[in-house]
Amino acid sequence: MSTVEAPQRAKADRPAPAPAAAADQPLYATRQKVYPKRVFGKVRSVKWAVLVLCLALYYVVPWIRWDRGPGMPDQAVLVDMWNARLFFFWIEIWPQEIYFLTGALIIGAFALFAVSSLFGRLWCGFTCPQTVWTDLFMLVERWIQGDRNARMKLDQGPRDANYWARKGLTHFVWLLIAAATGGAWVMYFNDAPTVTREILTGEATVKVYFFFALFSGFTYLLAGWAREQVCTYMCPWPRFQAAMLDENSLVVTYRDWRGEPRGKAKADNVGDCVDCYACVHVCPTGIDIRDGQQLECIGCGLCIDACDAVMAKLGRPKGLIAFETLKNLAASRAATAGMAPGPERHARGMRARSVPRFVRPRTLLYAGALGVVSLAMLTAFLLRSTLDVTVLRDRAPLYVRLADGGIRNAYTVKIVNKTREESPLALVVEAPEGFRVTVQNAAEDGEGRPLLTRRADGIAQHRVFITVPPGQRLPESTPITFRLLDPGGRVAASRSTAFLGPRP
Amino acid sequence: MPTKIEKDSLTGTDTTGHEWDGLKELNTPLPKWWLWTFYATIAFSAVWMVVYPSFPGWRGTSGWIAREAVMAEVEAANARNAPMMERLRQATPAAIAADPELRAFAVAGGRVAFANNCAGCHGAGGQGAPGGFPSLVDDDWLWGGSLEAIQHTIRHGIRAGESDEQRQSQMPRFGADGLLTPAQVNDVAEHVLSLTGRATDEAAARRGGEIYAEQCASCHGERGEGNRDVGAPRLSDQVWLYGGSKAQIVAMINNPRAGVMPAWQGRLDPAVINMLAVFVHSLGGGE
Repeated sequence: MSTVEAPQRAKADRPAPAPAAAADQPLYATRQKVYPKRVFGKVRSVKWAVLVLCLALYYVVPWIRWDRGPGMPDQAVLVDMWNARLFFFWIEIWPQEIYFLTGALIIGAFALFAVSSLFGRLWCGFTCPQTVWTDLFMLVERWIQGDRNARMKLDQGPRDANYWARKGLTHFVWLLIAAATGGAWVMYFNDAPTVTREILTGEATVKVYFFFALFSGFTYLLAGWAREQVCTYMCPWPRFQAAMLDENSLVVTYRDWRGEPRGKAKADNVGDCVDCYACVHVCPTGIDIRDGQQLECIGCGLCIDACDAVMAKLGRPKGLIAFETLKNLAASRAATAGMAPGPERHARGMRARSVPRFVRPRTLLYAGALGVVSLAMLTAFLLRSTLDVTVLRDRAPLYVRLADGGIRNAYTVKIVNKTREESPLALVVEAPEGFRVTVQNAAEDGEGRPLLTRRADGIAQHRVFITVPPGQRLPESTPITFRLLDPGGRVAASRSTAFLGPRP
Repeated sequence: MPTKIEKDSLTGTDTTGHEWDGLKELNTPLPKWWLWTFYATIAFSAVWMVVYPSFPGWRGTSGWIAREAVMAEVEAANARNAPMMERLRQATPAAIAADPELRAFAVAGGRVAFANNCAGCHGAGGQGAPGGFPSLVDDDWLWGGSLEAIQHTIRHGIRAGESDEQRQSQMPRFGADGLLTPAQVNDVAEHVLSLTGRATDEAAARRGGEIYAEQCASCHGERGEGNRDVGAPRLSDQVWLYGGSKAQIVAMINNPRAGVMPAWQGRLDPAVINMLAVFVHSLGGGE
């Protein structure tokens, strides 16, 4: 990824590098508090909509009910750790099917890669929980303490009653939101109405209170205090996502070919950037987008709204800061090199742009991987059986010689029943003539076939013996197949195994 | 000590003064809170060492000990199982086998108890071992294969010197004590082979038959069908505890061997003995 050359100096809003003796540069830097200013515009509206949608999903989903019959949880989305079941509406996942969850995570990862290579940091700027909750906490902060200037003045001012009242109220509301967040998390693992009542009445288990406090505490800490520090110093995603971006990805960009040189609006021979710092003041991570692509930029695009508002006021075209590809930026820059500022430069720079190449090897690769994994998971899901049988052949001993010289093998048959159907299944073993099947403690159906019981939503175990009478010719290993027939006579499940005898 | 600290011309950042083959390290300051988290982990470890048993001899102020925690868990599990164990203690093996819930519990618990106490001689799957350790998965039972007979054997053992209830028998040392001449022993062995149709010397087998009727049939039966009251093995089947070749049969007539099994009554909970009986019975289908 090429970087935009910054024709400019120190980052705004930060102390300029001190010309002190080199050895004085500290090993650790004090945090510069960020006071993002309120902003209006298209990007901000989209961000609000995404925020409302994400929060609504998160808080409402555990309360959706889904009738699964008596004795079963009626919560639509529930991770039942105690009974080792994962419920998602009509789907019920057993522990051995956890690969469906793995598949969902792989699909999520490739979707994230694909979106990043096409549109940049959409995830970071719009949907990441850190961004969503920080946005919500900043909204509360602004309501109680006022906008950027008021907050800065409050922090610099005296520690009087007004200060403590506003700060106290802010933190109180933050803690309420954090508690609701931690509470909602716990609801995904417990019956929502029950656990809510238990938490409020002090009847919940220590485990519930621990996770409630853990997630509430970290919501408060990360969204209230840590904020952009999480994105810059804790999150691994910004560190390696550059591998997904290239010069054709849409990223938040300052069109320096149009904005430079900066100057007063009425000054002569200056670019469109009036150096008003509106873009810096709204930035939630406190950076100057005009310095070019930076690790700290989460791609939220609020600087676009801020700059567009200023440009509109000045009667200049919008889009000095925009979602733009680095390829177009370089093309515009090359086309306008050496030109004097003005409408002519702007027009030529904009003409030099081309439609971003969305179809390219990188995006095709991500889309292909996404398609393959999605198809594989869909196939696995559609072919998923609700009744499985496993057959474990005794291995110590491999076979038993009976008193009359006959050979016997013993098998443990496990019936994994994911439904609530309990009718017994008839066992048929496909084997050569003479192989006799007996099952301990089993009834027989009308045709003399052993009936194996099954457990509703559980595993039933049976011990099956197969005997070959003496004198019958027997190879060392004979392939046989266990089949379970449902009451209608259809094969419900089958499993192949072997019958072992002595070496002939 | 770094000596050549200088300002990097491209970024305007100081270097740390470290240089490796011309590569210089920039001094990019870490956020100060990061340092505080490091100090916090040190403080945490100090508290941890006081609260938990961190050094030999130091029990920690919390009183939490891993071993005691495990013992508490074991006790809790035992308490959970107590009602079931009481039912197993009271019931007969036959009653246990007839109750699906009790049976499932007994088989699961019996499997563990078998691995702990029985597998050393009888094998992990009950397959037995050469040299007198009987297989428990076949259909040949020296002392009986019903649930009650198995329970009795486990309780009192075989030749264990435990009580009058124990399984007890002794075969005379026909050869070693001179009760039979070597030729007679050979004849008897031929007769025993003939019971499974393997005799090679018809005349010797006939001679041996007369000696067999006199000396052996009282325990092993007229036609070698065996006798479970005295644990006399059946000689007319395909299962041979000490081997079925002629040499092995001759050796057994000359100087018989007899297995010993400890009595488990008093060592194991009666409930465990019942679980073992049901489990062993389930291995090969029992009788």
